[in-house]
Amino acid sequence: MKILVCISKVPDTTAKISFTDNNTKFNEDKVQFIINPYDEWYALVRALELKEGAGGTVTIVNAGSADNEQIIRKGLALGADDAIRIDMQANDAFQVAAEIAAVAKEGSYDLILCGKETIDYNGGVFGGLLAEMLSMPYVSLASKLDLQENSLLLEREIEGEKEVIEVAMPCVVSAQKGMAEARIPNMRGILASKSKPVAVITPSGTTARVPVASFSLPPEKGACKMVDADQAEELIRLLHEEAKVI
Amino acid sequence: MSVLVLAECANGKLKKNAFEAAAFASGLAAQTGADLVAVVLGSASADDLASLGKAGVARVLHASDSRLDRMTSTSYTKALQSAADAAGASIIVLSHSSVGKTIAPRIAVRRNMTLVPGVSALPENGTFRKSMFSGKAWGDLKPEGDQLVITVNPNTTSFTLGDGVATVESLAVELSDSDFDYKIKEVVNESAGMTPLPEAELVVSAGRGMKGPENWGIIEELAGELGATTACSRPVADIGWRPHHEHVGQTGIAIKPNLYIAIGISGAIQHLAGVNQSKCIVVVNKDPEAPFFKAADYGIVGDAFEVVPKLTEAVRKLKNS
Repeated sequence: MKILVCISKVPDTTAKISFTDNNTKFNEDKVQFIINPYDEWYALVRALELKEGAGGTVTIVNAGSADNEQIIRKGLALGADDAIRIDMQANDAFQVAAEIAAVAKEGSYDLILCGKETIDYNGGVFGGLLAEMLSMPYVSLASKLDLQENSLLLEREIEGEKEVIEVAMPCVVSAQKGMAEARIPNMRGILASKSKPVAVITPSGTTARVPVASFSLPPEKGACKMVDADQAEELIRLLHEEAKVI
Repeated sequence: MSVLVLAECANGKLKKNAFEAAAFASGLAAQTGADLVAVVLGSASADDLASLGKAGVARVLHASDSRLDRMTSTSYTKALQSAADAAGASIIVLSHSSVGKTIAPRIAVRRNMTLVPGVSALPENGTFRKSMFSGKAWGDLKPEGDQLVITVNPNTTSFTLGDGVATVESLAVELSDSDFDYKIKEVVNESAGMTPLPEAELVVSAGRGMKGPENWGIIEELAGELGATTACSRPVADIGWRPHHEHVGQTGIAIKPNLYIAIGISGAIQHLAGVNQSKCIVVVNKDPEAPFFKAADYGIVGDAFEVVPKLTEAVRKLKNS
C-alpha cells in the first residue's frame, strides 16, 4: 500500500501573530514553525500505523521553500520513508492542490491523506480540491480510519452526528481529532531521517487565485468584569440585561 | 447571471445555516444586481422550500431524490452542477459547514471558478474578510475574476428574515451508483438532543477543574437550563472524561457562539484559539491568575461546585420571572 501524506508548515500554536510590510506579510521573526497539527498528529501518524500494520510506504509531500526542510525532516523522523518538496512559495490552497495533484498522479498512491484544515489559513478545502483534480472519492473530516480487505472503513464526525463509511481506494481523506494520537520522534528515527531521500521538484507554475491582500489584528478585549462568587444571580442578570446573550 | 445558494437540509428540514447562507447570498445578489436562486438537495417539505423566500430567495430548485438526503462529495457536486447550469450561476454560495467545505472545492474546480473559503462578511470593494490564524487575525482576500464559489462561516453574519415566499421548481439530476463516493453504513446521532457545537449559540464548557467525569452532572444541568450545548477542553477529552467531539480548541472544533461559559478551564492559548470568536465569554475558575480571565467578558473567581449550581438556579428563576 502506497500512502501520500500532504503536510503544511504553520506557526507553532503558541506563536505571537503579527505582520510586517504594511500588514501584507506574516512576521516570521522569533516564530517556531511546525507541521500543521491536523496533518501530523492525525494524518501522518495514522498513515505510519497503517504501514506498521499492513506494510507499504509513506511518502510526505510539502509545497514550500528550502526553509521547510526542517519540518519535512521531522516527518521523516516520525517514520515516513521519503519526501517530496515542491520548491515554491505557497500562496493559496488552489495553487498548492494543483501542484500536489501533479505529484500524486505520478506516484499512483492508494491513499492520500491530509489534515482537515491548517491552523494558519483555516481554509478546510485543500482535500476537496485535490480529490476533484484527481477525480477520486473524498472523505472529509474523518476521525477514524481502518484498513479492510480492499477498502477503508472510516468514521466522519460532523455536526452532531457520526457517519460510518466504507470507501474504495484510491481516495483522498482529510483527518481530524480521533484518528490517531500525536507521537514524538525517537533518537533512532531522528538519526535515520538524516539519510532519507527528499526529492526537490520544480512546480508547474500554477498561480494563486485568492491571495491575502492584507492582514489585521482583532481589537483587544476590554477588561473582564468580575462578579463575586456569592452573587451568581448578578452574573445571570448581566448576561440577560447587559450582554443580552440569554 | 445569478447567485446560486445551496440551502442545506438535515432530516428533511432546512437548517439554520440554510437561511444564513441564503441571506448572505441575497446581500451579494443585491450588490451585483444578480438574481438569487436557491438549490435544495434531498427530501424537504413544500412549506420549507417556499420559506426560503424569507431570506430573499425568489426561486428554489429542488432535487428531491432521497439518495441526496445525505451528502457525498461527488453526488452533491453533480447535483450542484445541474443547478448552476439551470440558474446560469456566476457565483455559488454555501455554508462553511461539513457539507460546504467538502463540495465547494469540487464544484469550484469543476466549473473553473475561484474558491473563497470561510468568509465572515459581505465583500467591500471586492475584498472578503476571513478569520485566520485560528481567530487571532483577519485576512482580507482579493479573489481573481468574478466567477466565485464562496463559503460563509456559520454564526458570523447577522441576518434578518422577511416574509417572502419562494416559488419551487423541481430539478432533474441523473444519478448512478458511481456518483456516490462511498457507502454510508451507519449514522450515529451524537447530539444528545443539543444543538451541534459548530451551530450552537450558547455553550457551557468545562475542563480539568471538574476533577473527574462523574462531576459533569452540574455542567449538564446548567447547559440544560440554558438550552446550551456542552463542550470541554482538550485534556479532559484526551484522558477520556468526555468524548472527542466535545473538544473545542485549536486542534478540536472552533466555535463562535453568542455565549461561551468556561468552567474550570485555565485558558491555554490553544484553547482560546478555538473560542476567541465567541461574542461573550464567561469564566468561572478558582484560580484568580487563570489566563482565561484576560480573554473573558465576565468572570467569577470561585469553586465550580458551589458557583455552577447557583448559576443554574439563577437561570431557572430568570426563566420563570
